[in-house]
Amino acid sequence: MSLLVRYLPLLLALAAWEGASRLGLISQGLLPGLSEVVERWAYLMFSSDLLYHLGVSLYREAAGFLLSVVIGIALGVAMAWSLRVRECLEPLVTLTYPVPKSALIPILIVWLGIGHTSKVAVIFLGCLLPMVISTYHGARGVDPHLLWVGRNLRMPALRLLTRIVLPAALPDILSGMRIALAVSFVLLVSSELLIARAGLGFLISFLGEAGEYASMFAAILTVAGLGFAADRAFQYGMHRVLRWQQGPA
Amino acid sequence: MTRWLRRSYSVLFLLVLWEAVSRGGLVNPYFLPSATAVAGRLWGMLLTGGLAVDLGATVLRVLLAFGVAAGLGIPLGIAMGRLRTVRWLADPFVSVGFPMPKVSFLPIFILWFGYDLSKILLTTVAAVFPIVAATHAGVAGVDRSLLWVGQNLKMREGRIFLRIVLPAILPQIFNGLQIAFPVGLIVVVVTEMLTGGRGVGTVMMMGARFGDSPAVFAGLVLVAALGLASLKGLAAIRARLLRWHQETRAAEMAAA
Repeated sequence: MSLLVRYLPLLLALAAWEGASRLGLISQGLLPGLSEVVERWAYLMFSSDLLYHLGVSLYREAAGFLLSVVIGIALGVAMAWSLRVRECLEPLVTLTYPVPKSALIPILIVWLGIGHTSKVAVIFLGCLLPMVISTYHGARGVDPHLLWVGRNLRMPALRLLTRIVLPAALPDILSGMRIALAVSFVLLVSSELLIARAGLGFLISFLGEAGEYASMFAAILTVAGLGFAADRAFQYGMHRVLRWQQGPA
Repeated sequence: MTRWLRRSYSVLFLLVLWEAVSRGGLVNPYFLPSATAVAGRLWGMLLTGGLAVDLGATVLRVLLAFGVAAGLGIPLGIAMGRLRTVRWLADPFVSVGFPMPKVSFLPIFILWFGYDLSKILLTTVAAVFPIVAATHAGVAGVDRSLLWVGQNLKMREGRIFLRIVLPAILPQIFNGLQIAFPVGLIVVVVTEMLTGGRGVGTVMMMGARFGDSPAVFAGLVLVAALGLASLKGLAAIRARLLRWHQETRAAEMAAA
């Protein structure tokens, strides 16, 4: 099935969008036409400050996400490695895991203000638990035979970790990262919509309050496209990284 | 009791530390109100009835949205798995829409549906994707030999569906529901923060805006309790509905 046939329904929906607004079936105030939205997007992107807000959002996203990946993997491995760490962290994880992460936004605003820091912290904390839990499960599930082989070869602990535990846990870690990636975009947009001075979420609420609906649609589609593109890119990278694994990963 | 204590000492330690830090004046109580102050606020909310109204509003919204999402998502996922046309029609929307942060569409929803309905509708939209995707994957992955057995027994299509496909995909459907509910909670809280009205999200946002930090923390406790209750509740329903399934048997064997 070719790509065109596959995505034909989506194209038809876009055509219906444009058609409905051209024919005046839907008021421009409720749904600006697709061509107008695209035109506004090009204007915002190339002659206005969409690029700046995109950069701000990307910086927050990358900082929070990467921080949670590094620290989450470290904590997850430590939990799998040492009983003492596990006994200490497990109740905390069980307690905090079910908290809807968006509830942290107001608290982090109170603590850290409305700038970069509170957004990065929200994304970091929201993504931390999926990372810890998936890494922990992955590291716990390592085939003990592999560990015995490593020990028999007198591998030092660090080598055991980098050559055996982490590669074996990689599929779990990567699927945790994919969940965290989705969570991170939700938290990025939510915290920026709530209160911010820059970023795509800020731009959306600013344009919405100004009644610039075509531009607001353009900004929203930018965020949505960003989340979509990030997931697709990650999925592609995940398949490449896991290519050495037997069977379908 | 001792085992329980052993398992939760870090939590208890954190609670005591929280109280001590706040009482001892190490941090400004504006940043961290003491645990007892937060408990007192919750008690006050309970007495004035605000607790019932705000928590009730949030619970009602998320349950309504979740119910609609399940009611639409499960049939759609099944239809996508069984009917080629539906799959062709719906798959591009599901695969493109799933990874998008649905919260970003809130301003459009407000524009179209107003402040009240948009909270429920956006939560529904956010929750429906994991349900559709999990159900679809479940139907696509039903063991072929089970279907052949049904066909050899000359079972009718409807019967094959009810007796073979549906039980086989029930675990996957539950996976989808168990992913969708926390997503719904995240979104409902955010929409409440953004659009006001009654609800725990509004309580928290108002608290943050007016420097009333005990209210912010009380909201956090309520939302956390909601998250925990939904997690446990869904797991209990799953164990009950899937009592006959291998996964429950295996868990019981492991526990015994």
